[in-house]
Amino acid sequence: MDFLPTLWFVIIAVLWIGYLFLEGFDLGVGMHMLLSARNDNDRRVMLNSIGPVWDGNEVWLITAGGATFAAFPFWYASLFSTLYVPLVFVLLGLIFRAVAIEYRGKGHTTRWTHGWDLALGLGSFVSAFGVGVMLVLTTTGLPIDSNGDGVGGPFGWLNGWAVLGGLAVVGFCLVHAAVFLALKTDGDVRVRSRRFAVRWMPALLIPIALWVLAVQFMNGKAYTWILVAAAVVAAVIAWRWARRGSEGRAFAGMAAFLVFGAASIFANVFPNVLPSTVSAAYDLTVSNAASSAYTLGVMSVVAAFGVPLVLVYQGWTYWVFRKRVAGTSIPEVKPVRAAVKPR
Amino acid sequence: MHFTTELDPLLIARWQFGIVTVYHFWMVPLTIGLGPLVALMQTLWMRTGNDRYYRMTKFWGKIYLINFIMGVATGLVQEFQFGLAWSEYSRFVGDVFGAPLAMEALLAFFVESTFLGLWIFGWGKLPRRIHLACLWLAVAGSVVSAYFIIAANSWMQHPVGVTLVHGRPVMNDIGAILGNNTAVAAFTHTIFGALAVGGAMLLGVGWYHLWQRRRDGIDTVGPDQRVIVGEAPDVPGRDKSDHRVWLTSLRIGAVTAIIAFAGVTITGDAQARLMFVQQPMKMASAEAACHTGTSFSLLAFGDIGSKDCAGVVNVIEVPGVLGFLANGDFNEPVKGVNELVPSYQQKYGTHLPDDAKLGDRAGSKINYVPVMAVTYWGFRLMILFGALAAFASVVALWLTRKGTVPQPRWLMWLAVSGIFAPFAANSAGWIFTEMGRQPFVVAPNPTPGGVDGVFMFTAAAVSPGVTFGEIAFSLVSFTIVYAVLMVFEVRLLVKYIRGGVAAAIPELGEKPKDPDAPADDDVLAFAY
Ligand code: HDD
Ligand code: HEM
Ligand code: HEM
Repeated sequence: MDFLPTLWFVIIAVLWIGYLFLEGFDLGVGMHMLLSARNDNDRRVMLNSIGPVWDGNEVWLITAGGATFAAFPFWYASLFSTLYVPLVFVLLGLIFRAVAIEYRGKGHTTRWTHGWDLALGLGSFVSAFGVGVMLVLTTTGLPIDSNGDGVGGPFGWLNGWAVLGGLAVVGFCLVHAAVFLALKTDGDVRVRSRRFAVRWMPALLIPIALWVLAVQFMNGKAYTWILVAAAVVAAVIAWRWARRGSEGRAFAGMAAFLVFGAASIFANVFPNVLPSTVSAAYDLTVSNAASSAYTLGVMSVVAAFGVPLVLVYQGWTYWVFRKRVAGTSIPEVKPVRAAVKPR
Repeated sequence: MHFTTELDPLLIARWQFGIVTVYHFWMVPLTIGLGPLVALMQTLWMRTGNDRYYRMTKFWGKIYLINFIMGVATGLVQEFQFGLAWSEYSRFVGDVFGAPLAMEALLAFFVESTFLGLWIFGWGKLPRRIHLACLWLAVAGSVVSAYFIIAANSWMQHPVGVTLVHGRPVMNDIGAILGNNTAVAAFTHTIFGALAVGGAMLLGVGWYHLWQRRRDGIDTVGPDQRVIVGEAPDVPGRDKSDHRVWLTSLRIGAVTAIIAFAGVTITGDAQARLMFVQQPMKMASAEAACHTGTSFSLLAFGDIGSKDCAGVVNVIEVPGVLGFLANGDFNEPVKGVNELVPSYQQKYGTHLPDDAKLGDRAGSKINYVPVMAVTYWGFRLMILFGALAAFASVVALWLTRKGTVPQPRWLMWLAVSGIFAPFAANSAGWIFTEMGRQPFVVAPNPTPGGVDGVFMFTAAAVSPGVTFGEIAFSLVSFTIVYAVLMVFEVRLLVKYIRGGVAAAIPELGEKPKDPDAPADDDVLAFAY
């Protein structure tokens, strides 16, 4: 087994898990802006709970993309060109979401704020769904030929798995964000988010659980059952803690669920990085998609230095902004007027 | 089996890349250029405690953020579009090209976004020194990100640090890639170009507000033409300190733009010298130099775009300058297009290979001459617009030496329009660089030590499995979305600029601001 490509497979798995863990709640908060917020104050509480951190969270996606390009260029090329249409939707969704977060509060008419709320909620939904499509198809395979190019036209990838994956990530984000909001906010939003988590967690986690199990049954390795079992236990515990109102622990439980579940998926797929549904001979694997040992070595040094550093200062950010956001501390909006003398 | 269509995806894939990238590079230079200036203002505030720097930090910080987010949003597309429409390119260069991209994300984007978040929300929450350090770190992040991405781009202009393994470049020297002389020259050039954008912005907006204060009769001039600063209690923020905010902004901006122009001139000259040896065809077509020995022209007429150079007439030629630009020697002639083409054909072939992956493009003839009208005018417009901004800055400094701006409205409009000149110069520079590299997406490296055979034609880079329809769909979607977002960004910028300092510091005008008073962290923390 090649050591460096395997290491990089693990690093990319870690980046994706980090992304789902962090941006998972950002995307979920975006959807909750439409789904469970009752008024403008609620929405601003929600937005402020992710305000200082969302951009840093999104960089996990960019890094996952960049790292895939550097370490497995053939994976990068085949995955994104074959999934052209869903990826474009993901990007459009992320664009609208990003701009909405920053621009929403800079205008002062209801039309303005409602418009951006819509962009934020729908953008979050579309990108969460699209990320799910991409991830699930990475594990179940894409119609790629011997050169790694997609066949079957723009929608050759579309199947039931794709829909399941989309629902899996959307469902996960909604629950994860509810647990997060219960932990990060105070007042109305906190109460309602807790209630949402308790009520909907079992149902909304079904698609992601199905995905985990499907991959387990299709590629089953014996030891990964341990991970699957751990994921199930974590989910049950998270739910119980949510019911008891231990918000911090419920969040930790969700984190454990994600880590174990995603780890089982990645471990089961290994050593494939992108199976071909056309012929097993065209599968992209950790060895045939990887960059040279030199490149991987250079990147390993960079990652060994960079990743811990990122964890330290991102962790510090969460610590600085650890205070709960409450509806009562939201200041009133002051409209912006041109600085001209009234005539 | 390939999904084939009548329409060639190559052309619209190129349009798409050009459009989204040029668009990204409208936000980028403003981010890079304004960032250090805002950090400088906050540093001055820390050092002097002077309220005017506090106001400048808040106001310009707001403008910076409104723009920054659009850079982030459009950057996302950049990161993934190599995989989307350029899969063959990604496969070919991945071993080399992915590394700086990944490093950019890991070492620069994380720093940039995390510390900017800390800065936005950290007002009053973080100790003041640490708060300021966060901004400097975010600014450093954007400069480092620029370095990595330009190192990647420069590798496409001048591939180094690789060997050829099974026809594919494989990295063997990361130091050579990051230390590429092309990258060093292009990076410094781009940073100065970005500072020109930041400078012109400060100048134009400063002028606008000074002009408005005069129009509203707040500021007047005495018999010696010196300004008499007044205040308007009924307009939030329009007090005496406000005058200083705009005058200082204007001056910092003008000085920055002048320094930036000196910087781009020196570094641009360095680039031209490298280009002469690394991409002689680009140099020749930048000059519409058809025959060896053509002189530097200020103006050329005729059909510059014609393939065989027959129609080009150089109207104003400056003998020697072109040779000097290229190799520091007034007597050595620059090779002309007509002479270069055969040598390119001999080295890199006359036709594309007969490869099924190339679709309808397989076996077609290669045209080695870039679109000359674009390279020629791109080069000149870059210099012209940059020079205009620098010239305007000198004039502005002179006209405002007595402490305010002259009254005519058209002068104000000129200063405000001047904001766009460095943006245009930046776009022109990139369009020239990128189009001048055609037909290659990775240009061959003809210098001694260059690796033979490492080059790629743009026509071979596009994703074979992606259809015309898909790219057309994304091209149309991105273009429309970008156009709409541009409207919103500009509207917001205009609104906050017109609002002046009070737009960025709402509590201004309600109670006097004491910068040393402990801030109410619950209120100030909220940016949304
Ligand atoms: C000279 C500088 C420069 C150039 C040539 C480019 N960019 Fe850029 N990019 C920046 C300088 C920059 C920046 C200044 O760092 C930005 C602009 C605003 C911002 O947020 O960061 C940025 C943002 C930005 C982001 C979002 C980062 C975030 O979320 O914080 C991505 C993913 C990219 N860029 C990727 C690219 C790619 C793949 C490019 C090449 C095709 C590219 N950029 C050209
Ligand atoms: C931000 C500044 C940039 C601008 C404004 C810019 C502009 C352009 C333009 C106008 C084209 C189209 C040229 C043509 O089709 O004739 C192009 C092509 C291309 N550029 Fe850039 N570019 C920039 C930076 C970069 C960077 C940093 C990279 C790589 C890291 C890059 C990679 C490419 C590639 C791969 C193409 C191929 C597509 C093509 O040739 O059409 N560009 N660019
Ligand atoms: C006397 C002034 C200038 C000279 C001699 C000059 C020279 C050059 C040259 C030779 C290139 C192409 C490099 C290559 O393709 O290898 C270039 C590119 C570029 N120029 Fe300039 N330039 C000047 C002024 C400016 C100004 C004023 C700006 C912007 C405000 C600017 C922005 C750019 C940009 C963004 C690029 C593309 C990126 C790059 O390759 O660095 N330039 N310039």
